Amino acid sequence: MTEEIIIAGFGGQGVLSMGKILAYSGIMQDQEVSWMPSYGPEMRGGTANVTVILSDARISSPYLKVFDSAIILNQQSMDKFEESVKPGGILLYDPNGISHHPTRTDISIYQIEGNKLASEMGNKKIFNMVILGGFLKIKPIVKLDNVLEGLKKSLPERYHHLLPINEEAITKGMNKVFLIKIENGVFV
Amino acid sequence: MSELKLMKGNEALAEAAIRVGADAYFGYPITPQSEVIEYLMAQRPEERTGMVVLQAESEIAAINMVYGAASSGKRVMTSSSSPGISLKLEGISYLAGAELPAVIVNVVRAGPGLGTIQPAQGDYFQSVKGGGHGDYKLYVLAPASVQEMSDFVEDAFAIAYKYRAPVLILSDGLIGQMMEKVILKDQQKRMTDEELIKKYDDWATTGKTDRERNIVTSLDLQPDKMETRVNKLIKKYAQMEREDLRFETLNCEDAEYLFVAYGSSARIAQKAMELGREKGIKVGLLRPITLFPFPKKQLFDLADQVEGILSVELSAGQMVEDVRLAVEHKVPVEHFGRTGGIIHTPEEIIEALEEKIIKNGSVRHHKTRESSIL
Repeated sequence: MTEEIIIAGFGGQGVLSMGKILAYSGIMQDQEVSWMPSYGPEMRGGTANVTVILSDARISSPYLKVFDSAIILNQQSMDKFEESVKPGGILLYDPNGISHHPTRTDISIYQIEGNKLASEMGNKKIFNMVILGGFLKIKPIVKLDNVLEGLKKSLPERYHHLLPINEEAITKGMNKVFLIKIENGVFV
Repeated sequence: MSELKLMKGNEALAEAAIRVGADAYFGYPITPQSEVIEYLMAQRPEERTGMVVLQAESEIAAINMVYGAASSGKRVMTSSSSPGISLKLEGISYLAGAELPAVIVNVVRAGPGLGTIQPAQGDYFQSVKGGGHGDYKLYVLAPASVQEMSDFVEDAFAIAYKYRAPVLILSDGLIGQMMEKVILKDQQKRMTDEELIKKYDDWATTGKTDRERNIVTSLDLQPDKMETRVNKLIKKYAQMEREDLRFETLNCEDAEYLFVAYGSSARIAQKAMELGREKGIKVGLLRPITLFPFPKKQLFDLADQVEGILSVELSAGQMVEDVRLAVEHKVPVEHFGRTGGIIHTPEEIIEALEEKIIKNGSVRHHKTRESSIL
């Protein structure tokens, strides 16, 4: 099994750390992993993205053009990466700030209101964990136990008291993600 | 005990420097390799092993600190990225001329000039064709994974001391910035001064006692003596070619076409190879792990088997010249690569193979080993 994922959004949304937690989770279940961030100009006040690959075999290219799954968290990333999902693949996005919704019919498109849910939970920082929960509901490529273990590994110890709220956020995301339908190029 | 971690290439390299028992690191920050010195500083290696880590006032200062430490037999490393390596070249030529062991790391970014901070492989010429002045070569290791960023530090020190010569680890922004699983080796002890004197007393400036004094220099004003010096270096480089060439082949057994790629491009070309095979194109990959020595003989032999070769690197075409030299025009050799910090995709590589090689059909020029210059 190989899963090729792009996570893209604004710097500060937790895009890179979400990727890192996924990568750690992969390691917890003995998989090969790679995490290739965009770095540089785009990171300094703009979009951030990371390519994460989890595989049972040696990973060839850490840099890709097309992906099995895209997790998209702002309009710029939607414009850039909607076309990069392989036919039959998955696109998961947060509608917050999105004015041009995805229109492809050869992929499965899921929505999750990550910003709204995180605000309701009273902690905007767990936004990325809500999104991750949503993704894992659709694609259970890593076990929840391994994610929690991965989270523990990637969070500095001084933040370990935040582990329960992160777990709660993941569960929330899992419960609130939904498939959307597109008919005649229009989102219904 | 070995340890499994998720690390950036730059961090894995820095951690390896501590674990291998290096005595010193001198550097100056520059993207995309600043994590090396950042990680080293944060680790407090002076407490872990007694290793000295110092941010110099410039790249030039750092390479001359390397010269000083290496002269006294200490295991020393420096790292930078392309424009910073250009600044170090004078010092690197002096290290080679004075026969000093040291490890230099280049996490390449796009050039020329200040260029951009994104990954590139445009420093191939600089790395294998001297770079600095005079008749010298660097032993050049090209890691293609975070694991190799870690492992090659030990390998580089081993070669540096085997030949008493500077060794270059040629990485790039992609390998430096990405995270992968890495197995870290056990902590090795740093050499004590007594051990060092015992081992390197015949050349290093270890503090003169009852022996003749050791002079470390690259200067010899008498032409006949200087020529003897150069000949000694040339002999070393020939020995490197005989004994320490490293490369890897993938799917070459039945290959009709061949990619040649190193470092990050080798990883991307491997994916292109998989895509090609799915399409029914029998393509293999030769990955030079050392860029000097270069797998000349292997390429010469593979040229008898394949219809054409595509050299893939993140440059306007540098290594392709060495590939052409090695195959002696037996088969067409073309270059593909993006520049400016843009990374080519596996799809672009397979497209280039189809456009530049397969479409043109085979134009074979027969040549035997006997009639060749090899």
